[in-house]
Amino acid sequence: MSILVNKNTKVLCQGFTGKQGTFHSEQALAYGTKMVGGVTPGKGGQLHLGLPVFNTMRDAVSVTGANASVIYVPPAFAADSILEASDAGIELVICITEGIPVLDMLNVKAALRANGTKLIGPNCPGVITPDECKIGIMPGSIHMRGKVGVVSRSGTLTYEAVHQTTALNLGQSTCVGIGGDPIKGLNFIECLQMFEADPETEAIIMVGEIGGSDEEAAAEYIKSHVTKPVAAYIAGQTAPAGKRMGHAGAIISGGSGKAADKIRALELAGAVVASSPAGLGEAVLAAIQNKS
Amino acid sequence: MNLHEYQAKTLLQKYGIPVPRSQVVSAANEVVAAATEIAGNAWVVKAQVHAGGRGKAGGVKVVKSVIEAQNVATELLGKTLVTYQNAPDGQPVNQVLIEETLPIARELYLSMLVDRTLERVVVVASVAGGMDIEEIAHSSPEKILQEVCDPLNGLVDFQARNLAFKLALSGDQIGAFTKMLKGLYRLFKDNDLALLEINPLVVTTDGKIFALDCKMSVDDNALYRQKALAEQRDWSQEDSKEATAHHAGLNYIALNGNIGCMVNGAGLAMATMDLIKLHGGMPANFLDVGGGATAETVAKAFKIILADHNVKAILVNIFGGIMRCDIIAEGIITAVKEVGMQIPVIVRLEGTNVDLGKKMLRESGLNIISAEGLTDAAQQAVKAVAA
Repeated sequence: MSILVNKNTKVLCQGFTGKQGTFHSEQALAYGTKMVGGVTPGKGGQLHLGLPVFNTMRDAVSVTGANASVIYVPPAFAADSILEASDAGIELVICITEGIPVLDMLNVKAALRANGTKLIGPNCPGVITPDECKIGIMPGSIHMRGKVGVVSRSGTLTYEAVHQTTALNLGQSTCVGIGGDPIKGLNFIECLQMFEADPETEAIIMVGEIGGSDEEAAAEYIKSHVTKPVAAYIAGQTAPAGKRMGHAGAIISGGSGKAADKIRALELAGAVVASSPAGLGEAVLAAIQNKS
Repeated sequence: MNLHEYQAKTLLQKYGIPVPRSQVVSAANEVVAAATEIAGNAWVVKAQVHAGGRGKAGGVKVVKSVIEAQNVATELLGKTLVTYQNAPDGQPVNQVLIEETLPIARELYLSMLVDRTLERVVVVASVAGGMDIEEIAHSSPEKILQEVCDPLNGLVDFQARNLAFKLALSGDQIGAFTKMLKGLYRLFKDNDLALLEINPLVVTTDGKIFALDCKMSVDDNALYRQKALAEQRDWSQEDSKEATAHHAGLNYIALNGNIGCMVNGAGLAMATMDLIKLHGGMPANFLDVGGGATAETVAKAFKIILADHNVKAILVNIFGGIMRCDIIAEGIITAVKEVGMQIPVIVRLEGTNVDLGKKMLRESGLNIISAEGLTDAAQQAVKAVAA
């Protein structure tokens, strides 16, 4: 088992014939992801990478039976793409695009709630279940199928967690990059819930960063609902207040969103918090040991 | 992106929100004409900088004559105003706002922002105006009023009335406040604001409501469709290195340490700063070069880091994802040669073709230290600046 995606996930690419869409679809196909086609309005009827191109998501879904889509369109059009995927009945939408206006995302989230669509991102690396399905921009080669579930607000820190758990021969069940935006789809709690229910996942790594209070909420959830070992790392202990650290959501404002508060909350919830990004592998080993 | 008070007030007026009569001037010899046109027998001269705490820092002064107004403006213009928010560097005062004084009976607080937990636009109000709202939230949370806006219906009349009565407004003020709040909500949405704060919102002795001070910031992600606002950006208010980096398409934040950082990915860039601190050093900056890390972007990033003369060593931390490490190594070597690097560069590479990448760095004959992993990289960097 795994969460969210597996070898049966049928994936469409929105923005398929663009540079990003093409490059990452090629990589996904090479990894073995079941890509079934893509959408670029106006290019319907063509073949791209040997797969059909459609004008609309409704056409694409009705012909291919896809249940997931990945979005590589520019920020000005990405909110529309998420809504189009949701309207076409896609269950899981992964939006890689960075830079979508916040007010657009408020409206998108309200519509997704009404349709029951799951969204990952935006501004994220995507999701991967090693050896089965890679959706997004992460390098497939560093992954190894195994027992650690990874959920992270940061792309490259997800790769660090993956790299270290692969080196320790623990491997990963599924890795979810939930993205660095303030208003986003799946959050820590939903992923923790799925990892807790997944028999293949034996331990969880959670990578957070400054800004907002999602890590504190996750800590509360861990305390009352998660029995599996949890290791964590929070980036931004040296970040100055009031400055946006790259990610739209990574900002300490009005005294809230500090790394120290998040670390304290997670430690109180029983998670093993690594003091260094180099210590994620060891932290998950320690968490496993504590629980056994 | 932040707007100046005078820019924010121009927007408020456009949406029918009452503001005191005012004029912005950028030269002292314009003050007399401005104050005379505003009329009255007292004015407020307000330094225009992107920071709170202007009053306590001497950036807001009440004057009783046009000559005094001119003197205060002369004193403020061209100066650097240091407030508790922008210390220690402060920000330059390039404009002052000359404003009429109002007979104030009460000071209230009003703001709109996006609440990331509720995923809604939220209106916050308080009877404790003119004070730091975070302090009020901490010391007397019962004084904080809140209304949550549904994205479909927006801010509706009853919500405005809920706030108006709790703010102890009465009579005609209820209708005026409702109209004002709905105007503010439209303004917020139309202009992709991230924050709109009116502090204080004042009630005058004759019962009128005015926005006395106003702070607005625009969602950076929306600037592509808010071109008129984007053109109003005042780069003089931002760190010059950060402004240069922004124009080069790089995410850079200046810090106080001496180890320059160049990293791919925002999360890893923050983690690299933390790692340096953990091993006893101090990071000079946050810098995310993005996924590409080509010779061109790396060279640009080096130049921006080196513009900070405190930097004694540079730590490059790249997790080569899709991009192969040998290509990244080639980019780093080309960039180090191009900028004529005088200080040690410590490089930590990980990912595809990492061994080849490290070999290329070692054999480059340049002042490049190839680190073995994250911890080693941080330790080497700290050692390099201590030497």
